[in-house]
Amino acid sequence: MPRNWGVQANGEKHVSHSDDHAAGNRRDFLYVATATAGAVTAGAAIWPLVDQMNPSADVRALASIEVDVADIEVGTQITVKWRGKPVFIRRRSAADIELARSTDLADLPDSDSRNANKPGDATDANRAMDEAGEWLVMMGVCTHLGCVPLGDGAGDFGGWFCPCHGSHYDAAGRIRKGPAPENLPVPVAVMNGTIVKLG
Amino acid sequence: MSGIPHDSYEPKSNFEKWLDVRLPIVGLIYGTIMIPTPKNLNWMWIWGIVLAFCLVLQIITGIVLAMHYTPHVDMAFDSVEHIMRDVNGGWALRYIHMNGASLFFAAVYSHIFRGLYYGSYKAPREITWIIGMLIYLAMMATAFMGYVLPWGQMSFWGATVITGLFGAIPGIGEAIQTWLLGGPAVDNATLNRFFSLHYLLPFVIATLVAVHIWAFHTTGNSNPTGVEVRRGSKEEVKKDTVPFWPYYVIKDLLALVVILVIFVAIVGFMPNFLGHPDNYIGANPLSTPAHIVPEWYFLPFYAILRAFTADVMVVQIASFVTGGIVDAKFFGVMAMFGAIAVMAVVPWLDTSSVRSGKYRPMFKYFFWILVLDFFVLMWVGAMPAEPPYSTISLYASFYWFGYFLIILPLLGVLEKPLPVPDTIEADFDAHYPPKDADASAAK
Repeated sequence: MPRNWGVQANGEKHVSHSDDHAAGNRRDFLYVATATAGAVTAGAAIWPLVDQMNPSADVRALASIEVDVADIEVGTQITVKWRGKPVFIRRRSAADIELARSTDLADLPDSDSRNANKPGDATDANRAMDEAGEWLVMMGVCTHLGCVPLGDGAGDFGGWFCPCHGSHYDAAGRIRKGPAPENLPVPVAVMNGTIVKLG
Repeated sequence: MSGIPHDSYEPKSNFEKWLDVRLPIVGLIYGTIMIPTPKNLNWMWIWGIVLAFCLVLQIITGIVLAMHYTPHVDMAFDSVEHIMRDVNGGWALRYIHMNGASLFFAAVYSHIFRGLYYGSYKAPREITWIIGMLIYLAMMATAFMGYVLPWGQMSFWGATVITGLFGAIPGIGEAIQTWLLGGPAVDNATLNRFFSLHYLLPFVIATLVAVHIWAFHTTGNSNPTGVEVRRGSKEEVKKDTVPFWPYYVIKDLLALVVILVIFVAIVGFMPNFLGHPDNYIGANPLSTPAHIVPEWYFLPFYAILRAFTADVMVVQIASFVTGGIVDAKFFGVMAMFGAIAVMAVVPWLDTSSVRSGKYRPMFKYFFWILVLDFFVLMWVGAMPAEPPYSTISLYASFYWFGYFLIILPLLGVLEKPLPVPDTIEADFDAHYPPKDADASAAK
């Protein structure tokens, strides 16, 4: 059935909207508007289903923790759990510090300090907590695929060795060899006397 | 359902006629199980039935195991021990489910390599192949999440390593990883969602299997000669085929019985042979096992993941070209998924006009190296990441990619194939000469 709204009372043919506007007529507009509304509705319905998988409020409530490091002997380390991940706190010996400070920066695959507290070059001074370099605090999570590296001078560079895929970290926790791309990150931390506050 | 001409279902009784007008389900089942199947299928064509059996076995044992399992970090490990010690027959259910995954993968690898040798992936069966690859991916995801559920050391650290793969994606990787885990590390949220998805995915697989069967029932089965069934008339079809029921059902069931004898022996006498002892230690987020190994069926691709370290030249080139966006970690992840991707697109990489490897003298040679390569990768995947294994895994990875990306495209041009039989019937008669020469002449 031909529609007659294009025909005026005097029988003269009216120019239709599609002829009038090459960009589209009112029906096209309705199609686009309906499709857009449908897409927005579908997106609004799907988003909560996606977002529920993000960390929940109790997980997000990131507790910062305080660790008393007074009992750590020189040349040993402890591992504490923070935000579900291990953090290494090592009280380095003079030999450890000497080994880390004598390393040429050109030998480092990752030249960034990866220290939330001291951004800059991956020098040992930029990695350690204190000026003397006795305290080293860093995430115990291999930057390759997230295993916990073995410590106490393990690996070829007197630091840490990841048993999963063979990444070697030196005495300052810097990547030296293996598949891991970055130095072990130093988390946001403050040292007050013998208390290390993480987060 | 079948694209090959054959006798269709004729409802006989009044009830059958009544039902057929309203829901032609009997006709659908009849068409599916009576499909004309090439009469020259060999023993490598049994794996489909074995796989269907595995899916049903895993779903049934899985549903009953879920009645006793608790997906919580504090209780998961103990609830699995509760199944092993306290639940009536629980030890058998769990060992069947655990080793059932291994049978499932042994069957799927046999099925995939059969397809690669006989060119089952070639036109017009590309869709069947692609759906099959999707099933394989879904199987890997299901098996991975299932292995996390007992919450042992290998469960925990396997989950950490594998979800870490997503963290390697430049830019958005960390957000994706956190989203997958539901927190900064593998924890209770992760265990809960893995349980949910481990329960869901088998039903997705079942749906994909239906589509897989639909696709190859439309094109007809491939067969060892690679020659298509003649479709001129029903008489011609009958010379090349036999109905799936009862001929192949009985044959496949015989094969299944033999395989199940071996399976039951493993479940009964050496149920932990394919597992890892570290998974009987409860998960400890502060201590990584000295040597993380995935289940055997992931080892070849795990070896490829580890092969591409920063000192490998292609990795350095990729890193240089992309300005450091693609590092060794991301490269390894891409290589691992790429190894499956090149297999998925093999219908378009193989340029040979001859379907079956039986008639391809050069292809055969490279194919068997690929099979060997697969086992070498499986072996080095289980070894520590140090020389000489790191070098072996690198060369083995190169062959895997080389086979699909270089050898297959070139062979189609360089190779001179052997003569292919005219018909399936001719090939069949050559192997099993008709006893009554007159009867065969009368055909």
